[in-house]
Amino acid sequence: MNENISITGDYTNNKTSLLTKVGIGIFLTGLLLLVFSYQKSKDTNLIITSFTAMIVGIFLFLKTEKLNQGTIPLFGKTTNIPQKLGLISGFIGFSVLIIAWIGVELKPQSLFFAIATGGISLGAILFSIGSYSGKTKGIKNNNVWANSLSSRGILAWALGILLTIFYIQLYWFGDMLSGLTELFSPFSFVLRGKPADQWFVYGTIYSLVILFLGIKFIFKYRHNRYQIIRTIVVIISQLVFAYFLPQILESMNEGGGYFDRDLKNVWPLNYSFGDANRLNAMAQPTKVGPSGTFYFVWGIVLFLIITPFLTYIVGKRWYCSWVCGCGGLAETAGDSFRQLSSKSTNSWKIERWLIHSVMVFVLIMTIGILWPYFSGKDYVLSIGTITKNSYYYFTIALILLSSFGLYFLSKKHNRKVLLVGSLILLAIGLLLTIGYLTGSQKIFYLKSSSLKKVYGFFVGASFSGIIGVGFYPMLGNRVWCRFGCPMAGYMGLFQRFKSRFRITTNGGQCISCGNCSTYCEQGIDVRAYAQKKENIVRSSCVGCGICSAVCPRGVLKLENGPEEGRFETNALIITKEGVKLNN
Amino acid sequence: MIVIIGNGISGVTAARHIRKLSDTPITIISSESKYFYSRTALMYIYMGHMKFEHTQPYEDSFWDKNDISLLYDHVNQIDHTNNEVYTEKGKVINYTKLIIASGSKPNKFGWKGQDLKGVQGLYSKQDLESMELSTKNISNAVVVGGGLIGVEMAEMLASRKIKVKFLVRETHFWGGILPKEDSEFVMSHLNKHPEIEMMYNTELDEIIGDNIVEAIKTKNGETIPCEFVGLAVGVSPNIDFLTNSGIETQRGILINNNFETSIPDIYAIGDCAEFKTPIIGRRNIEQVWYTGRIMGEQLANHLFKSKTEYEPGIWFNSAKFFDLEYQTYGKVSNVLSENEDAFIYTDQKSEIHLNFTFERETGAIIGVNTFGLRLRHLVFEKWIAENTHIEKVISQLSVANFDPEFYKKHEPKIIDQFNRQFNTKLKLADKKWWQTIIKSTH
Repeated sequence: MNENISITGDYTNNKTSLLTKVGIGIFLTGLLLLVFSYQKSKDTNLIITSFTAMIVGIFLFLKTEKLNQGTIPLFGKTTNIPQKLGLISGFIGFSVLIIAWIGVELKPQSLFFAIATGGISLGAILFSIGSYSGKTKGIKNNNVWANSLSSRGILAWALGILLTIFYIQLYWFGDMLSGLTELFSPFSFVLRGKPADQWFVYGTIYSLVILFLGIKFIFKYRHNRYQIIRTIVVIISQLVFAYFLPQILESMNEGGGYFDRDLKNVWPLNYSFGDANRLNAMAQPTKVGPSGTFYFVWGIVLFLIITPFLTYIVGKRWYCSWVCGCGGLAETAGDSFRQLSSKSTNSWKIERWLIHSVMVFVLIMTIGILWPYFSGKDYVLSIGTITKNSYYYFTIALILLSSFGLYFLSKKHNRKVLLVGSLILLAIGLLLTIGYLTGSQKIFYLKSSSLKKVYGFFVGASFSGIIGVGFYPMLGNRVWCRFGCPMAGYMGLFQRFKSRFRITTNGGQCISCGNCSTYCEQGIDVRAYAQKKENIVRSSCVGCGICSAVCPRGVLKLENGPEEGRFETNALIITKEGVKLNN
Repeated sequence: MIVIIGNGISGVTAARHIRKLSDTPITIISSESKYFYSRTALMYIYMGHMKFEHTQPYEDSFWDKNDISLLYDHVNQIDHTNNEVYTEKGKVINYTKLIIASGSKPNKFGWKGQDLKGVQGLYSKQDLESMELSTKNISNAVVVGGGLIGVEMAEMLASRKIKVKFLVRETHFWGGILPKEDSEFVMSHLNKHPEIEMMYNTELDEIIGDNIVEAIKTKNGETIPCEFVGLAVGVSPNIDFLTNSGIETQRGILINNNFETSIPDIYAIGDCAEFKTPIIGRRNIEQVWYTGRIMGEQLANHLFKSKTEYEPGIWFNSAKFFDLEYQTYGKVSNVLSENEDAFIYTDQKSEIHLNFTFERETGAIIGVNTFGLRLRHLVFEKWIAENTHIEKVISQLSVANFDPEFYKKHEPKIIDQFNRQFNTKLKLADKKWWQTIIKSTH
């Protein structure tokens, strides 16, 4: 530890120093290489180089960050016995996974599977006991910026690189995970009567992590009932709705085509909803359980009716931090990384551009694949048939309705960007109409299957998966949610312009300490609003409630109330004449 | 040119509000830090919750964008006849108006050994840096002074597993401010932290050591070995640099209720200012973050909007004692006066405590202390300003609740106890919070 580094940092003022620019340059080069790798049909070397470049770029960009007081050792004076035992147990479990991953044959598989999962689970529990039991309930953020894992130390980079490699293999080189699939096969047979594949391994690890790190999270934030209840719902959402229920339903309906049976996985996050083979599968009658027709109708209702309605009454938090799988992982496993999100206004600008671009992309891609499907043949469901005409009229009605809605909101809130959105929708509607009238299936220049593949490669895999989770320890736990997720963008528009949700500031009580902004995973500068006595209404707020939980003066409260007065500075003026609202 | 000495909450708030009202050039001079940071967050830097730059409320680019010049320098002389300020680095700055917002410095009361290494208060960035250096790898420390900064220093040290002996001169923690019941509630929370040992009725006598502190001796004769001593016995206005300026001072810079000092065009706000005629019910020196902010805003309005006097409004404050949050609205005296009555509610299991003070004759609410239960500032500000009857306050208490969603609701039990104690038949009112603030303030 360098004795000469001051705890208040010896920092360079130079945000755009050479190192920063080089870092950005290398990162962008990495992105370019990714595009090349796609054109060269996923060339392995190019893919590895591209993500390496991105990581190196981020490393250099962050190197100019102000120095901190140094990191405390993982196994030193500051960890107690249960924590040490937990770390050892977790390490053992983790090592078994790594050994299996690199291809060492571990037999009997069931035993090593049990050691791996048991070691990690027990490790999480023991570590939680060591960290949080025997202490009074309250904020538990000591040493967040001194721990290697949570402050971009060596452990963080190692984990990030490991996760990135895992995700690259998961999406594009599944056979390299055969060591892990073999380890998980006995469990797969027990659960669903067939061998494991990489997606089963992924889903199982994902659910385990959410469960046990969720338990750790509940222990850590047990002073806050909102956090406890929200996390329990997150765990149930993942274990039941995303993991067990779909497995069981699928195994009861062998033979039919595959479609997603996770009741909460909704378009546009579930961008494969409109895939031809899934639509075909949903039209088939199922042997047992809810029919494909049910899932088809449910998907549409969820997107068109339930989502806007719930977002109106409670904000987008109903999905983003209570139900969503990405969000679930972010809140539980990602809890150690939420403070790494960038709060700069530049990041906010990039965020707005990027997330709305992805929204336009997914809309074009989806209509691009639905149009050839529904204009090609009739879609027969048990409750009715969707013809080319009915598909066209329904879609064009929706487009006109949303375009109108955006136009109306743009006038009410005086926002040009909403007008742009309105016009984009009209343009899409126009292209669709041309396709309808001319009989053409290719309405957006590219072939529909190409659109889907490009979206899947860049947004579905690279952005949402590899960068989204792989870069947790470097960039924070909500990069996908904040910069990319079209579902978040969609709900965010409602939350910002038509919702009852807000984070209320408690009058003048803010002491500008900065804990709220530091721990906001979405990079919202919460303090900027609180210290001006303003409520926080931001499209990116996922309602995790952490800002409220870490505020040392209880200045913030997530709540729902009348739309009137949602934004205003709710300050009162007390004069000799009486009390007035300060407008 | 407006020159502001001090870049704390008072000076910076004045600068921001002046900029909102006028294009006049502004320069802020500080010898503590380059950029404004929130000193309320110093403890969190030490405990590793944040880094120093997280405590800076504005991005570095904010100052240029708003045309506010920053000068990292020390003012060592003011020549008011020529409207000039002289700095250590040799700069001479001319001003049309000078605002002194130089803050406080920790008190030292002449103890033997008080200048040894490892003995210090906690106020500035520099104090934090030296505390970090002095407490590396130590095991035992002493904190002197049972108040807000003392309890924060104790929490900081405890977070690093340093054993703390906490000397409190009074019989009760923060006994000068908190009523006995409230103080005892805080004390029982402090007892839940085995890392700190509270020593009430204990006063510091002397500090023993050669170059670095080695032990302290109390007035009871006890010698306590320690490697660090945190002095948290109050702060005093930081005005040593004004000794030959001609500006009238006492403990602080003397000002009237327009923030004017004895010299025209020179003003003082925040911790360093001393009101010649304090506002009724307020102290002559207000050493609180909130009042500093209010004074900054009101001085700016006074200079550039309308010449109104200092009007701080209903008193409010907050603090945190380890894991116990505290808020106060209005005036809760530590000893009730003749015309005052109190309603106190404690729930040890849920760890909440409320103390309502009201006028016995009229029932008008005067103030409330709340521990562990968050209350809405705006609602209580309104109720106190309008002399609302205590029965209405209690029956509508859920309207003022600011706890997060799903938290346990305590209002039914509070109303029950009030009914029993005062022989009333109050019922829990069914109003929503917005019906009180938004709809009824006309």
